[in-house]
Amino acid sequence: MQPFTRHTGVGVPLRRSNVDTDTIIPAVYLKRVSRTGFADGLFSAWRAEQDFVLNSEPFRSGSVLVAGPDFGTGSSREHAVWALSDYGFRVVISSRFADIFRGNAGKQGLLAAQCEQPDVELLWKLLDSEPGTQVTVDLTEKTVQAKDLTVSFSIDDYTRWRLLEGLDDIGLSMRYSEAIADFEIARPSWMPTTTPVRGG
Amino acid sequence: MGRTLAEKVWDTHVVRAGGAGGEPDLLYIDLHLVHEVTSPQAFDGLRLAGRPVRRPDLTIATEDHNVPTQDIELPIADEVSATQVDTLRRNCAEFGVRLHPMGDAEQGIVHVMGPQLGLTQPGLTVVCGDSHTSTHGAFGALAFGIGTSEVEHVLATQTLPLRPFKTMAITVDSAETADGALPRGVTSKDIILAVIAKIGTGGGQGYVLEYRGSAIESLSMEARMTICNMSIEAGARAGMIAPDETTFDYLEGRPHAPQGADWDDAVEYWRSLRTDGDATFDAEVHIDADSLVPFVTWGTNPGQGLPLSERVPDPGGITDDGERITVEKALSYMDLMPGTPLREIAVDTVFLGSCTNGRIEDLRAAAGVLRGRSVRDGLRMLVVPGSMQVRAQAEAEGLHEVFTAAGAQWRSAGCSMCLGMNPDQLAPGERAASTSNRNFEGRQGKGGRTHLVSPLVAAATAVRGSLSAPDDLD
Repeated sequence: MQPFTRHTGVGVPLRRSNVDTDTIIPAVYLKRVSRTGFADGLFSAWRAEQDFVLNSEPFRSGSVLVAGPDFGTGSSREHAVWALSDYGFRVVISSRFADIFRGNAGKQGLLAAQCEQPDVELLWKLLDSEPGTQVTVDLTEKTVQAKDLTVSFSIDDYTRWRLLEGLDDIGLSMRYSEAIADFEIARPSWMPTTTPVRGG
Repeated sequence: MGRTLAEKVWDTHVVRAGGAGGEPDLLYIDLHLVHEVTSPQAFDGLRLAGRPVRRPDLTIATEDHNVPTQDIELPIADEVSATQVDTLRRNCAEFGVRLHPMGDAEQGIVHVMGPQLGLTQPGLTVVCGDSHTSTHGAFGALAFGIGTSEVEHVLATQTLPLRPFKTMAITVDSAETADGALPRGVTSKDIILAVIAKIGTGGGQGYVLEYRGSAIESLSMEARMTICNMSIEAGARAGMIAPDETTFDYLEGRPHAPQGADWDDAVEYWRSLRTDGDATFDAEVHIDADSLVPFVTWGTNPGQGLPLSERVPDPGGITDDGERITVEKALSYMDLMPGTPLREIAVDTVFLGSCTNGRIEDLRAAAGVLRGRSVRDGLRMLVVPGSMQVRAQAEAEGLHEVFTAAGAQWRSAGCSMCLGMNPDQLAPGERAASTSNRNFEGRQGKGGRTHLVSPLVAAATAVRGSLSAPDDLD
């Protein structure tokens, strides 16, 4: 994973709440067996509508998405994160993220920055009145800055550290292989195993 | 101080407690369910890193999201779907993971398969790359959906780094009946739709929900699974119900349930899996079971639901701007006029199936309504059993004949129209009453419109042609 410290890019106001992962990427696009190539499916139904924000310049080339509350609800599909990243987004700002989406984003280097809703409204206002405004998101300082506006965001310390360092979760857990093996020895023998196959 | 059910299960699975700096706990995973859509990139990651699957014996796979539900003996026509299914087969063979492929007697929706094999047991941690993994919480397991990176993590380490969830009690009980029996025509689907309408699609965020109270205790295992299944639609990662005699009766004798002395040891442990009397929840919600009625959704998220007797809401009366816009957009997408009685909404398709309501009791309930009746002319009804075993059981009971005699289509097992990854989809503008779990825009097919309902309402709707309960039928 690439370390994330600071990013500057065009902010995109997405004035919708409850943006579910089916909307971010519909199921028909989930059939690929790779992690790339999902940008085509990003918001596909909405992009078919002419007035959707990503269909106009300068938002088309945006990289900081500013969305309404409850972003990423529903399906656990990590493809939603892959699609956003593949399109070019590095940051999503919302006042509330669905748990699984936030976890998935943190694994893939997409920053899910949680701002207070009034601050989201201020950003929306600015991005709408001055389309193309560059937004700088600083993970070290935990701030979002655009023109004269600077607001803070929250993110849990552990995810922040992992993103700043670009660390891979599996490698981190593997440091505890011995503890895992000890735990396994202590598990009750009656706990279920999938093999050998029984019954059927 | 006492602990909640969720905390007890969590505590027994901590391999390593998180340290300073907000490091999460490392939690052991007892059962990992795998399917074709969220696993290919995970297996690929293992291959790239040269890592094996640490515990193939705690891992099991099936094909469900993509598979066609008719002509299953033929090759899958959609090339991309076929590639995904083939990829799962190759990955399972290469990494030694047990797989129930299309056509196999145990194949089915991953959340129907686990319980029917007896693999889902109280007190386990269960994960799957699918948000409806919350289903397994009905057994008193801590079960939750994960993303593909986490699938790879569990395959490689059999653990996940996680921070403890908060706990929320959802008590559903009755002042009128001691045994918690639900009012006539009300099912567990109506309970969970009412819960989500009450707390909202974000109300459960960060929480594990524990459903309790006499109305919950009165439910069968399958009805409990329907409730836990939709916990994610309230934003909760997991839902749980304390195991009891109903749970043990369901499990006893299933292929992977403990046997003999092991069974006694297991039951003794399972009986301890109850929230202590002096435990406290971070939040509590109460639902009066006596006030429950059949519930349906009118909008584009599962929180936008109302009793069937109500009317389509009027956004004009909503003062909050954001909320009003949300409702207006939902009504526009759903092509509904404010004030329309919900009972007058005509549908084109009825879908009975999914991990929410595709089990044998669901099929029995719907067949009970359809017996001797017909699906309304011009309406299409799909009946898709949750697993091939459910299908076989239904056929042994003659339910398939009830469905086909009524004019419904009798299919093979899979996720099917719940998410339309296979050919079972809504056409643009088509409207469905669906026993599934999500009414998001385009969920069942681009431009399709979904009303979430119980199996009883689905069957009555198929007969009358507009949203209906069995009591509305002659």
